[in-house]
Amino acid sequence: MPFVNWLKRKLVVIAGLLTLGYLLLPNVIVTVFSFNKPKGRFNYAWQRFSLDAWKDPCGVSDLCGSLSVSLQIAVWATLGATLLGTLIAFALVRYRFRARGAVNSLIFLPMAMPEVVMAASLLTLFLNMGAQLGFWTILIAHIMFCLSFVVTAVKARVMSMDPKLEEAARDLYAGPFQTFVRVTLPIAAPGIAAGALLAFALSFDDFIITNFNAGSTVTFPMFVWGSAQRGTPVQINVIGTAMFVVAVLFVLTSMVVGNRRNRQKA
Amino acid sequence: MTTKTTRTTKADPTGDVRLTGIAKTYGAFTAVHPLDLTVPQGSFFALLGASGCGKTTTLRMIAGLEEPSSGTVSLGDQDVTALPPYKRPVNTVFQSYALFPHLDIFENVAFGLRRRGLKSVKKQVEEMLELVQLGEQARKKPHQLSGGQQQRVAVARALINHPKVLLLDEPLGALDLKLRRQMQLELKRIQTEVGITFIHVTHDQEEAMTMADTVAVMNAGRVEQLGAPTDLYENPRTTFVANFLGTSNFIEAEVDSKSGDEIVLKAGGGKLVLPGARCSAPASTGGRVLAGVRPEKISLTHADDAGEIPVGRNRITGRIADSSFIGVSTQYVVDSPVCSDFEVYAQNIDRDPRLVPGAEVVLHWNPAHTFGLDASQDADAGVEEAV
Amino acid sequence: MSTLTEAPPPLAPEAPEPKPPKRRGRLTPYWLLLPGILWLLVFFALPMIYQASTSVQTGSLEEGYKVTWHFATYWDALSAYWPQFVRSVLYAGTATILCLLLGYPLAYLIAFRAGRWRNLILILVIAPFFTSFLIRTLAWKTILADGGPLVGALDTLHVLDVTNWLGWTAGDRVLATPLAVVCGLTYNFLPFMILPLYTSLERIDGRLHEAAGDLYAKPSTTFRKVTFPLSMPGVVSGTLLTFIPAAGDYVNADLLGSTDTRMVGNVIQTQFLRVLDYPTAAALSFILMAAILLMVTLYIRRSGTEDLV
Repeated sequence: MPFVNWLKRKLVVIAGLLTLGYLLLPNVIVTVFSFNKPKGRFNYAWQRFSLDAWKDPCGVSDLCGSLSVSLQIAVWATLGATLLGTLIAFALVRYRFRARGAVNSLIFLPMAMPEVVMAASLLTLFLNMGAQLGFWTILIAHIMFCLSFVVTAVKARVMSMDPKLEEAARDLYAGPFQTFVRVTLPIAAPGIAAGALLAFALSFDDFIITNFNAGSTVTFPMFVWGSAQRGTPVQINVIGTAMFVVAVLFVLTSMVVGNRRNRQKA
Repeated sequence: MTTKTTRTTKADPTGDVRLTGIAKTYGAFTAVHPLDLTVPQGSFFALLGASGCGKTTTLRMIAGLEEPSSGTVSLGDQDVTALPPYKRPVNTVFQSYALFPHLDIFENVAFGLRRRGLKSVKKQVEEMLELVQLGEQARKKPHQLSGGQQQRVAVARALINHPKVLLLDEPLGALDLKLRRQMQLELKRIQTEVGITFIHVTHDQEEAMTMADTVAVMNAGRVEQLGAPTDLYENPRTTFVANFLGTSNFIEAEVDSKSGDEIVLKAGGGKLVLPGARCSAPASTGGRVLAGVRPEKISLTHADDAGEIPVGRNRITGRIADSSFIGVSTQYVVDSPVCSDFEVYAQNIDRDPRLVPGAEVVLHWNPAHTFGLDASQDADAGVEEAV
Repeated sequence: MSTLTEAPPPLAPEAPEPKPPKRRGRLTPYWLLLPGILWLLVFFALPMIYQASTSVQTGSLEEGYKVTWHFATYWDALSAYWPQFVRSVLYAGTATILCLLLGYPLAYLIAFRAGRWRNLILILVIAPFFTSFLIRTLAWKTILADGGPLVGALDTLHVLDVTNWLGWTAGDRVLATPLAVVCGLTYNFLPFMILPLYTSLERIDGRLHEAAGDLYAKPSTTFRKVTFPLSMPGVVSGTLLTFIPAAGDYVNADLLGSTDTRMVGNVIQTQFLRVLDYPTAAALSFILMAAILLMVTLYIRRSGTEDLV
């Protein structure tokens, strides 16, 4: 039974590739349907090939506006969460202090909390304080839930860093500030970058918390949500496909460049 | 503890490292007991001891990376105790090197110069890389170099700053044996060339003896003995030093009589002679001392030939318990009434085929090679710690 | 060996103005923590307190709400919405198990069998994240469309008969049924299962497999006795990262389900944003939080992996 034996040996590979297919199928659909010319308001059934949406990605009112709101919030939330999170990570790894356990729990809890709970409770706070819901409340919320992820990413990197490197810098005439700028920061940079990237992705794609605290401001995910009720324009598939392609290209080029640089030096 | 001054190579006190009553405690644990030490300028000084003996803490206090609990550190006339590391004219070669992974070799070496505000560092860095034979590697990152090369970068990075003192914290610990030998000679060459004071921390007694002019043996936060390598080896003053530096055999003996320079000891049934100058213990008649002798000083003669042994040598009888042949020499363990496992290293010049386990033998040596220690100490101190 | 007695350098330029050096060193960690922790206290912890207080208020939107310690809200909320709670746990639990079953082979494949394809497959696992999850969830509407090729195939293969009998689907539809919601939840949170699994599998020394084989273990035994136990940290964090967000999710139930598949997240959302019955919404949200924290704590205790952070 050569076929059965082959199947047995390759079982893991086949199952794994099937899962990968499951993961990627929606992206394929999104891409294919970005070339659709739907009949009604909804872009769920294939009609015929068309480049219309690609030629005019901002052709739907408010779509590109919401995209710009999302980008702005993501940039500011990334900056804020990365700065605050990096400081916390350094304090946690480098210093002994009281209330360490409490701080750790406070960092962990937002990651272990369903988004809808955080969203609802934050809205309660804003309503009680009479805050105007909009750009700023979204930004506050995003910094809040991105913070813990940045702390985790940076902490991992700083923990693996040899404290002797900073001692070496101090031994070599670098004062505290110079040591931080010349040695600590560059070595912690990959962790900080990873945290920032994660924060950006989380913020840009967040829907649940934003939906509760946005007021009348419309981010890109909220636009998509709204369009699911009113009618989905092909343009959202165009944006989705473009983001996917850009991101994959970005990752692939950085990988290729990294590989080449390593090979040249070795 | 008394002030210990080592042999001065240059009579110039301006660059001496002086530690005065320096101590370090962590809570209830004392890492370094109050310690006075002077390292003369231009010397190659080794702090030798097992891990946890306080040698690295002492080094870090000199570097400024550890704040002493009491006492002062001076360089020449300047008290540097309160200076942070980046203001001390002292540089360190770290254990496992601590090369900056994000900078290339050139920038690693240039780091100290740049921090002191020097703009044109190219010539100096290139010269320094030549000195450590790494001119070709300037633009590589540390992880692309071999262990030995990384070690040389660490030395270059410290030396380029022309420190008054170079501190080396187990600098060869990560290298394999062959490379370690090579680097020992290399470091010694560089030290001779630049003439800077080197303070070298190591747990390897062979390394300390090969490289240093002066060795301080540390144990449990104290300096046990300080001196030139040959002096330490030939005249250990404690059992710890005797065992940590090489191997020693100890015979517990009673002082029988003293005549002039010689002390006659009674051990088992026989008598042993010990030069009075080599006895660090108070030897009053009837008191007890530990008589020590190194394994390589001893000759082994089969009991049948005992008559051929020249008179005037110390002798002990015993039976060979074990022998292992290791090429240049044979190591014997001899079971004797005065000491159950006497070690003897015999050069393989003319091997006596009768010397096999079970054979009755006579051990004999020149009395001048005997040393006497205080019998109140543990004869096995330092055996476990020695590598 | 650095201790508090050695004044550590301030790590950030934001460090306070010069003070006596020792004091400054001791305070540095607190200055570093201050802004971030304050943020979390004000916008994460404080809202929880507000929410707790809201849940025991009574009143109306027009007249305002007052704290009256009206705990009955909890009871009312539970008795009115227990089916949604049960559904949340059921759907999220099923999705978590499916994620584990689907994700494990892929994580294993990436860790041990992918060779030079490893990085590419990893990128493909993460890449969907870059397209908004709402767009991707909407794509399932197309995939599971009534009369579409997938549903047609399932119907021909009589799979739908089975799922209908189980109550997972209804008639010849998949969309707007529990199956569609679970399928969406599984899809959305699968990467959160695969990545921790991969991380813990990747740490396993490949020679352990050889050693197990050398010691007379069949491949299946090797998996049961060596690989799987060693990947437990990944299994634990993967299941938590999947279950928690799935239990609170309302997007999949809303987009792919029907009124019969509403989960507790949908109720909270509706009560808060449409009905504006804040006490009920707050009570529901509080119950959900408590339930999840309780489950997570028990689960972590049982699996003995407490160092997840």
